[in-house]
Amino acid sequence: MAFVDFEHVSLAYDEGGPLAIEDISFSVQENEFVAVVGPSGCGKSTLMKLVSGLTEPTEGYVYLGGRQVAGPQKCIGMAFQASNLLPWRTTLDNLMLPLEIVQPYRSQFRRRKQEFIEQARALLARVGLAGAENKYPWELSGGMQQRASICRALIHKPRLLMLDEPFGALDAFTREELWCMLQDLWQEDPFTVILVTHDLREAVFLADTVYVLSKGPGQIVAQKQIDEARPRSLEFTYSKPFADNVQELREHIGRIRAVQ
Amino acid sequence: MAVSRKTFLVNNASWMLVVALILLWELICVSLNVPRYLFPAPTAVWEAGVARWEIISKHAFQTFFTTMVGFGLAVAFGLLTGMAVGTSPLVYRALYPLMIGFNSIPKVAFVPVLVVWFGIGTTPAILTAFSISFFPVMVNVATGLATLEPELEDVLRSMGASKLDILRKVGLPRSMPYFFASLKVAITLAFVGSVISETVASNLGIGYLMMAASSSMDMPLVFAGLIVIGLMGVVMYELFAYLEKRLTGWANRGSDI
Repeated sequence: MAFVDFEHVSLAYDEGGPLAIEDISFSVQENEFVAVVGPSGCGKSTLMKLVSGLTEPTEGYVYLGGRQVAGPQKCIGMAFQASNLLPWRTTLDNLMLPLEIVQPYRSQFRRRKQEFIEQARALLARVGLAGAENKYPWELSGGMQQRASICRALIHKPRLLMLDEPFGALDAFTREELWCMLQDLWQEDPFTVILVTHDLREAVFLADTVYVLSKGPGQIVAQKQIDEARPRSLEFTYSKPFADNVQELREHIGRIRAVQ
Repeated sequence: MAVSRKTFLVNNASWMLVVALILLWELICVSLNVPRYLFPAPTAVWEAGVARWEIISKHAFQTFFTTMVGFGLAVAFGLLTGMAVGTSPLVYRALYPLMIGFNSIPKVAFVPVLVVWFGIGTTPAILTAFSISFFPVMVNVATGLATLEPELEDVLRSMGASKLDILRKVGLPRSMPYFFASLKVAITLAFVGSVISETVASNLGIGYLMMAASSSMDMPLVFAGLIVIGLMGVVMYELFAYLEKRLTGWANRGSDI
């Protein structure tokens, strides 16, 4: 069985109200990198809430690791467009937050604190944030905040990383840097990723599989494998296959928008 | 040099304004020859204050005591109800209209009732100080908790954090700037509350002292009492402003203002 499984999932936020997503079925293999693209308001974020157990589907079933999702899950890391770092904590303390909450780290926190701090420092150094440990979030640039945010989502070694437009607010150069950073982290120590984005280039560059969602209600209208060698470098974004993939996805999106 | 002069002005503007106002006050009183029993000059107020500092300090201590007890109660209950209101939509719906209603009652109108229940003196003063300063603390704590970013809550919930975890790790630290802002308002209101109560129903405290002095046309003493109240208010305000800066400096990103 796949790691994440959606079986005919529909969701209406209000009972009897309009559906946010309708009859969605797809599966994600363990350590697969999946991107979900679509116009804004297509229920991309709803998918994340369903997987993480923050919302229950109105119809259908969501499985995670072979078990039906009921209630908040523990093996998930999340990062959003806003870094959501706590402004009263230093970068290092922000990274420690999941370890203070998620089991089994939580009950070992006092005993192994020093060890955890070393892990957090190592992860920060890994993403180029060495020296920023004791800085507060507002002292970091947008790109650095987002790096820290992704580190926080990964520090408790979740099996699934969920990213909701994590690079949406960054400038183009920083965004590309962070693509590479994320890809490196993922390749070094693989985990499953579901990336929600509306940047088609981002989806093609990072993902193994891209799903295109239509809007109102969200339905899967296309699935696209990106069978390119890893690690992908930024040169790949200027190649013909890359452009073809992006263009194909763009056409799907164009068709969705034309319908509306 | 213009820059340093400007910073000098900004840093010292507060006491310079006070000195200027006192000088103006003295000037008006002396030049227009205003009688003492109507509007005493600062020098006369100072004389009265120095001459009767023992009486003033006795009453001032009483006022300070009732204010601080009432304020302390207000902070404790304000925090608790603020947490309840801010975290539970049910409590919010149920309690808020009631609280607004209570807060709309002029506290001075309620003092006679307190006197019937508890007699004159310390208790009504404490309760008035409490009831007048409770509201801003509650509202601010509740606001701080209720305006928690939903995404941040999602991040924590997706880690399996309980409601208590979210409150402890994020809700409360995040509402601390709101809380301290409310303390600065609440402390000055608490002084107002206890002085009101003392004016109506007490034979101790600055409020009583001023009532007694004004009925015997002893205006310098009335003004000395006013100034003592004002000073206590400023000192306590500054104390909380200092605490705010120390404890929630992150909210101002380390800047001075």
